[in-house]
Amino acid sequence: MSEPTTEELLDITLTVNGVRRQAQAPARRLLSDFLRHDLQLTGTHVGCEHGVCGACTVLVDGAPMRSCLMFAVTAQAHAITTVEGLGTIEAMGPVQQAFTECHGLQCGFCTPGFLTTITAYLEENPEPTEHEAREAISGNLCRCTGYQNIVKSVLRAAEIRRERAAGTRP
Amino acid sequence: MTTKMFGAPIRRKEDPRLVTGGGRYLDDLGHGALAAAFVRSPHAHARIVDIDVSGALEVDGLVAIYTHEDLPGRVGEPLPLLIPHPALTHGRTPYALAKDEVNHVGEPVVMVVARDRYLAEDVCQRIRVDYEPLAPVVGIERARDGAELVHPDVPGNVAAHLVQQNGDVEEALAGAPHVLDLDLSIERSACMPMEGKGVLARWDPEKAELRIFSSTQTSTGVRAAVAAKLDLPLAKVECIAPDVGGGFGVKIMHPWPEEILVPWAAKTLGQQVKWTEDRREHFISSAHERGQLHQVRVGFDDDGRLLGLDVKFWHDNGAYTPYGIIVPIITSTQLLGPYKPGAYRCEFWSLYTNTVLVTPYRGAGRPQGCFAMERTMDAIADYLGLDRAEVRSRNFILPEEMPWDHGLLFQDGRPLRYDSGDFPASLAKLKALVGWDDFAAYRAEAQAQGRKVGLGIGCYVEGTGVGPYEGGHIQIETSGRVNVSTGLTSQGQGHETSFAQIVAEELGVPIEDVFVTTGDTRRMPYAVGTFASRAAVMSGNAIALATRNVKAKALRIAADALEVAVEDLEIVDGVVQVKGAPGTQMSLGTVSVLSNPLRYAFDEAAKAATQFAGTTDLSKPPVADDDEPGLEGKDFYSPTQATFANGMHAAIVETDPVTAEIRILRYCVVHDCGTMINPMIVEGQVHGGVAQGVGGALYERMVYDESGQLLNASFMDFLMPYASEVPFIETDHLETPSPLNPLGIKGAGEAGCIPVTAVIASAIEDAEGFPITSMPISPVELWELRARHARGELPSLAHHAAYRTSEENQ
Repeated sequence: MSEPTTEELLDITLTVNGVRRQAQAPARRLLSDFLRHDLQLTGTHVGCEHGVCGACTVLVDGAPMRSCLMFAVTAQAHAITTVEGLGTIEAMGPVQQAFTECHGLQCGFCTPGFLTTITAYLEENPEPTEHEAREAISGNLCRCTGYQNIVKSVLRAAEIRRERAAGTRP
Repeated sequence: MTTKMFGAPIRRKEDPRLVTGGGRYLDDLGHGALAAAFVRSPHAHARIVDIDVSGALEVDGLVAIYTHEDLPGRVGEPLPLLIPHPALTHGRTPYALAKDEVNHVGEPVVMVVARDRYLAEDVCQRIRVDYEPLAPVVGIERARDGAELVHPDVPGNVAAHLVQQNGDVEEALAGAPHVLDLDLSIERSACMPMEGKGVLARWDPEKAELRIFSSTQTSTGVRAAVAAKLDLPLAKVECIAPDVGGGFGVKIMHPWPEEILVPWAAKTLGQQVKWTEDRREHFISSAHERGQLHQVRVGFDDDGRLLGLDVKFWHDNGAYTPYGIIVPIITSTQLLGPYKPGAYRCEFWSLYTNTVLVTPYRGAGRPQGCFAMERTMDAIADYLGLDRAEVRSRNFILPEEMPWDHGLLFQDGRPLRYDSGDFPASLAKLKALVGWDDFAAYRAEAQAQGRKVGLGIGCYVEGTGVGPYEGGHIQIETSGRVNVSTGLTSQGQGHETSFAQIVAEELGVPIEDVFVTTGDTRRMPYAVGTFASRAAVMSGNAIALATRNVKAKALRIAADALEVAVEDLEIVDGVVQVKGAPGTQMSLGTVSVLSNPLRYAFDEAAKAATQFAGTTDLSKPPVADDDEPGLEGKDFYSPTQATFANGMHAAIVETDPVTAEIRILRYCVVHDCGTMINPMIVEGQVHGGVAQGVGGALYERMVYDESGQLLNASFMDFLMPYASEVPFIETDHLETPSPLNPLGIKGAGEAGCIPVTAVIASAIEDAEGFPITSMPISPVELWELRARHARGELPSLAHHAAYRTSEENQ
């Protein structure tokens, strides 16, 4: 057999959660694996590896993308936001805070994908109705919550955004 | 004052970590570990003729390739049969790697270890396995006819045959004014947690110790299984369940082949090895459930009261029976629901098929049982022209008849005896919630608009909190921090919060000071696991008992120090104080200091506990003979029987007159799990259960072809409900405390999903006017039923015509 025994590594330069990163990866490495195992940002989860469940959703230049359907090399020169980039325990993003207030998660495995998806959605539609909120999350699978409290979390997150914008909350 | 914790909708302690990417699930651990991947059988039934690895050896990064021949000692023996039962006369379990024969697509044949998963899969693709295909047995009918055998030494493919009865059912049916027969079937589904299974193992050669992390529902079970298989002292094996991304039953099976093979490889190679299941692997090699065919014969009087119930069913247990026959036993007992069946007889056959093995999936046999019983109730109501809720209420076991003993043995080998419940009250709440009595008017209004709507109902009783036991350990540090440990695991149920609430309430400390650890055998080596809606009942009560022990000790020590009587003390907000005179007090942290006489002062708190500090009674030893140092305590809770939660659901569905699309317009739940620790968490459990139930009713099925290939082994093709498919769920609660445990609680984990299939079938039937006897149901299937109905092949409902009577049948 004459197959190459060593994979060629390609250089990637990208921004992850506001930090410029340089790394190398084989052409076939999935962005999800690259984030999780090479950059050790394990908050992004892999639920199906075929783009259906949405657990691995990250923001690419602000737009939600399935990181299991992208190769790491295609993130070249783009800005990636993972769940780690949405906030911290001390300073949660509005969607993160809403999920903790509304019991929007149970096992928490699909949660990062919901958080990134909803964060991007609220940028586009900051005042969704309940129906719109349900539609906004209908591309992500959750096996625990029955979605009701996630819908509630979307509405609450919108409210928190407004409160923060109005300066009524820290 | 300490805020009341028990019974309050406290926000979850685990959430801030989980929403910021701080969760630590199995695949988040073991950076740099070697990766395992498996060559799995592409055949449902075949003999392995040859395995050729020569083409794979040159892949850069390959570390090891193992086949069954490489497995030493007990690693190479069949996996254990975890729950033997006398009726399971032909139990069969697989090998960790197939030996000579494969019995389902996905059975592991070769294990590969490589530098990373990509390379491990490269290696797998270059390994050639030659098979000699054998005739596959797929589906219950083919298993039942017994023409082809899954295991050549198991006649008729019958793994188990069990009969349970109470009373003379033949006589009861012979004397009954009315008898109906029903054929009812449910298809296979699966748990499908968003996180698949996974194992990471580290061998420490210097200490000869093994540490395993597994995405499991039972870390003590995995630990014991691995120690036995690898012939290691139990003391040299630890197992930790980290954050687990959902289980729903599939992660209680243990050991999975990978849970033996990965630790063995780590020990053999002296390096960390990890395996993370991918979604296709999960579909074809983890467990399924639900596939059963049922025949019900029921005798009843003119009022719809049950006189005799004779149920026969056939259970598809897949290729092996490592978890015994728990699922069909549950169906056979729990189908009785809230009703008095009259004379009852249930007989089942558990059958081998060349498909993935079956172990409990949330609800565990109950959705099938509930479907059988509730379809029967609807059939009786239809036959007699009675209100469906009324027929149910006439058969209820009444609160004053509790405890009610069905005269059968339950899944735990103990009597099927209901501890408490108020079914009439639950039904009244449900009827009010859904507007039962107003539905006729709503239907008429809808009909006038050309819409088809139907109302469905389903009632269930769920044995929860099965034993044998769980333990709780409490330790109060000198800082006032309270460490709580229990051995069972958590897969999203919020145990960190619920258990902390119990401790905060029992002890009188702020919940922020309580830190709960679950599923770590280093912290609590005695445990069973999280399944069967048992965690709150078992560990909750064990933790409460342990807390009471520690509290008693704290009060005794504080009473000595403050020179007051124990009875005069209370603990409020982490401070022990004299009732009515809160000026006389000391913090629990200080009590902890006093509880532990020290030789050495390593910080300020410790300084206060050394031999030259404070007053010392020199006539006594520092630690009394009947005492132990530290503010620490442990206790176990072990019940005599299960607690029985219950609930009732109702739904209104609309079926499209043209496309037969099925939409759930309203979904109502009345739920009674005894005293609630955290109603927010209980509601969340109900929501999630209903969503899974909706999947089971309308979307989820495992589509095997005749050769045993699973045709829909991806999320593209196995349809799980998204937010767009799950209705808003309206809930109401009844709290009928269990008299069996100190906290009065019953389990709530599975309830939501149990009656959904029955409820949706009931509602569709009500909308369409012909019987629905097989679930799940898709629009195309409903459309075909309509066509059959129009051709006269399917009887109409409407009193006396829908079901054949036995007399007519003979």
